[in-house]
Amino acid sequence: MNWMAWTLPTALFFSFIAVILICMTVYEIKSPCVERKGFLPIETTRGDRLFIGLLASGYIHLVFVGLSEMSLFIALGISFVWLAIVLRWG
Amino acid sequence: MKKVVNNKAWFLVLPVVVLVAFSAIIPLMTVVNYSVQDIFDVNNAYFVGAEWYRDILQNPRLQDSLVRQFIFSFFVLLIEIPLGIAVALMMPTKGARASLCLILLAIPLLIPLNVVGTIWQVFGRTDIGLFGWTLTHLGMDYNYASNPIDAWFTVLLMDVWHWTSLVALLCYSGLRAIPDVYYQAASIDRASGWAIFRYIQLPKLQSVLVIGVLLRFMDSFMIYTEPFVLTGGGPGNSTTFLSQTLTQMAIGQFDVGPAAAFSLIYFLIVLLVSWLFFTTISHMDKAK
Repeated sequence: MNWMAWTLPTALFFSFIAVILICMTVYEIKSPCVERKGFLPIETTRGDRLFIGLLASGYIHLVFVGLSEMSLFIALGISFVWLAIVLRWG
Repeated sequence: MKKVVNNKAWFLVLPVVVLVAFSAIIPLMTVVNYSVQDIFDVNNAYFVGAEWYRDILQNPRLQDSLVRQFIFSFFVLLIEIPLGIAVALMMPTKGARASLCLILLAIPLLIPLNVVGTIWQVFGRTDIGLFGWTLTHLGMDYNYASNPIDAWFTVLLMDVWHWTSLVALLCYSGLRAIPDVYYQAASIDRASGWAIFRYIQLPKLQSVLVIGVLLRFMDSFMIYTEPFVLTGGGPGNSTTFLSQTLTQMAIGQFDVGPAAAFSLIYFLIVLLVSWLFFTTISHMDKAK
């Protein structure tokens, strides 16, 4: 796997994504979700909300990197809070 | 009848999963790995964190080409969508003339991208190209190789020439799918041509138009070959769009790290826009 040039942070990142996907699959099998309407303007399923949360997290990080010199851990924290909010009330 | 529970069919999907992983997911993961490192060779790679992302996002050359890219896609949609609708509305509805129109419209779509670039490169020249020669002899100071406005005009015209057919064909098929009873009702109400278009044809075209807008946005947002062949991104950088900047960086300068960071930002933009369009389409279907 040397050609893929793995680093610890990217390995952690992808493991985290993989764990989320596995958990979501198990959760879905245990209790299938139905579409519902939260504060987002459209009806969403659990997977939709995860996608919206992750995509928005990507943009939050880009805004932090592009516009400020602040530590990315702040962006990471905000993303986690955002992800939780979207998954719960989105 | 008793329903048989058998999930073995999932194994039939496995080859696709393996193929997609091999051709898309693993390369994408590699790009992510490259984007956070400064790589000299296989044994000399240094973790640099978000440095490339910061470089890319604050690089004026890339910001300029991103702005150019959005302006280009905006004009492509602004011209091609109304023009495509207009062409579809004016096409004959049946008979040999309809077939002839369909074939004529399909021709530009069949020409390979670099050939389109070459055609327009010759067509626009003032010495041997019919288009450039005509404009010059009409007294216009036209030269796409030295004047940025002329270059933009030519690149846009080339894209319109190449892709308006696609929008027209989509709209044509959408129009043919409208049942006659709508038109009969409209004629009983003595509806004007505009009213028929506004209240019958346009609403019925909505779903094909969303597909047309999506296709044209994505294609124009990722455009590379045609402007590369026609103007080479010039004069200066005036027609250098995103993918060309990316290629220069990744292959020309072999800056793998920044190019990887740039690819991922590009990917995020495309992903967001595609998702917005996809959501719009699926929610429009639900509304019906």
